[in-house]
Amino acid sequence: MKYLLQIYSAVLREEFERLPTDEQEAIVGEYMSIRKSPGVIGGEQLQPVETATTVRVRNGETLLTDGPFVDAKEHLGGYLLVEADDLDAALEVAARIPAARMGGAVEVRPLIER
Amino acid sequence: MLASLVGFLGDFDLAEEAAQEAFAIAAHRWPRDGTPSNPGAWLTITARNRALDRLRRDRTLAEKTRLLDVPEVVEDEMEERTLPDERLELIFTCCHPSLGLESQVALTLRALGGLTTEEIARAFLVPEETMKRRLSRAKRKIRDAGIPFSVPAEHLLPERLAAVLAVVYLIFNEGYGGRVDLAAEALRLGAALAELMPDEPEVHGLVALMLLDDARRDARFASGELVLLADQDRSRWDAAKIARGREALDRAFALRGQGAYVVQAAIASLHMEEPRDWQEIAGLYGELVRMTGSAVVELNRAIAVAEVDGAEAGLALVDRLDLGGYQYFHSTRADLLRRLGRTDEARAEYERALELARTEPERRFLQRRVAEVSA
Repeated sequence: MKYLLQIYSAVLREEFERLPTDEQEAIVGEYMSIRKSPGVIGGEQLQPVETATTVRVRNGETLLTDGPFVDAKEHLGGYLLVEADDLDAALEVAARIPAARMGGAVEVRPLIER
Repeated sequence: MLASLVGFLGDFDLAEEAAQEAFAIAAHRWPRDGTPSNPGAWLTITARNRALDRLRRDRTLAEKTRLLDVPEVVEDEMEERTLPDERLELIFTCCHPSLGLESQVALTLRALGGLTTEEIARAFLVPEETMKRRLSRAKRKIRDAGIPFSVPAEHLLPERLAAVLAVVYLIFNEGYGGRVDLAAEALRLGAALAELMPDEPEVHGLVALMLLDDARRDARFASGELVLLADQDRSRWDAAKIARGREALDRAFALRGQGAYVVQAAIASLHMEEPRDWQEIAGLYGELVRMTGSAVVELNRAIAVAEVDGAEAGLALVDRLDLGGYQYFHSTRADLLRRLGRTDEARAEYERALELARTEPERRFLQRRVAEVSA
């Protein structure tokens, strides 16, 4: 089965950049190693949430707003696409993601497969 | 039977439907042809065959399933086949932490206890429709999210087993409040777990705890009135259950169990001895406080300490707790104040507990206490 791991981060980029360099490097290294682990078939990091534009079409008219769809303290910072035998295997990948232990969370969603 | 079908088919709804069909066929055929020598196997295999038929008819589903090349078992072979026991896989699926606790409980009762949706709804005082929706949502999630039908890997086992035991204990406690059928169901589930996981001390600990509590059920009430343990008529305790409970506890000890259920069972066992070893009980509650950090457990420790070092010492511990609004906090405080002769304060606390009491026998019990300290 395929799962989308949505990575919600509670750490803003400025906060991350204020961490000591070796800590920053360690965290980035963790993400790289997860991205390369077996079963992880895709994944990207997103630009900061301030770069988001939300699009709605109402009565044929396109409405644009500055910022994310859901304005929360935690924001979607990236995602991984995981191919796993079952939910437990996907949850184990999710639990290794640094954001999950750094005040954020990872939402695991199965994909509809056709 | 359902366990083996879910395991085989990987789909709850399909398994349930197939099981129902198999029973219907049996009801029709057994009176005519005689009951087969292994009715359980007959039913399971018939249900499997029905389910396979259905899968073949339903192409879209069939394309997704790994079952197409499984040969159908012919009826003649049925008698000899032994079917794998997959109840353990089933209970871990039902109690998967990605399902809500309410769903875990309902699914476990449905799939392993064999209770009907209506019975479960009645037990938890919700409309049948609500329970039906809850069950089908949970079953859909099991299928669509890929919740595994397996015993968790070694490194996940402790936390997953804890989830299973919590569900069983919750069912037991629902039953302890009066719905006897649920308590009996929890005891059956516990016994099955102990049989399936004989090396897990916490399983035996939970079984011991439930048996020792359950043994006192009849003695907790005398003509409808609540009776405290110290005043219970011990001849009304179920000696056979106590013996089985202590046997389970010994097994847990032999496996070096020292988890929360084992300690609670050990406390329950000590409570049933005469005279009670309050020193030992207080020590075990202390251990449990360290494990759980629970204020309610600390309240129980305070009661034991009051027996060892006097009501004053017990009250000092109680007064450190932030449990205002919890009925047993107020009734415990009331008891200790009464023993210290501070009757006015005791009455106020009994009255506070009385406001919070939810069952009639408890209310009457507290009313008697209020009357006693007012006399």
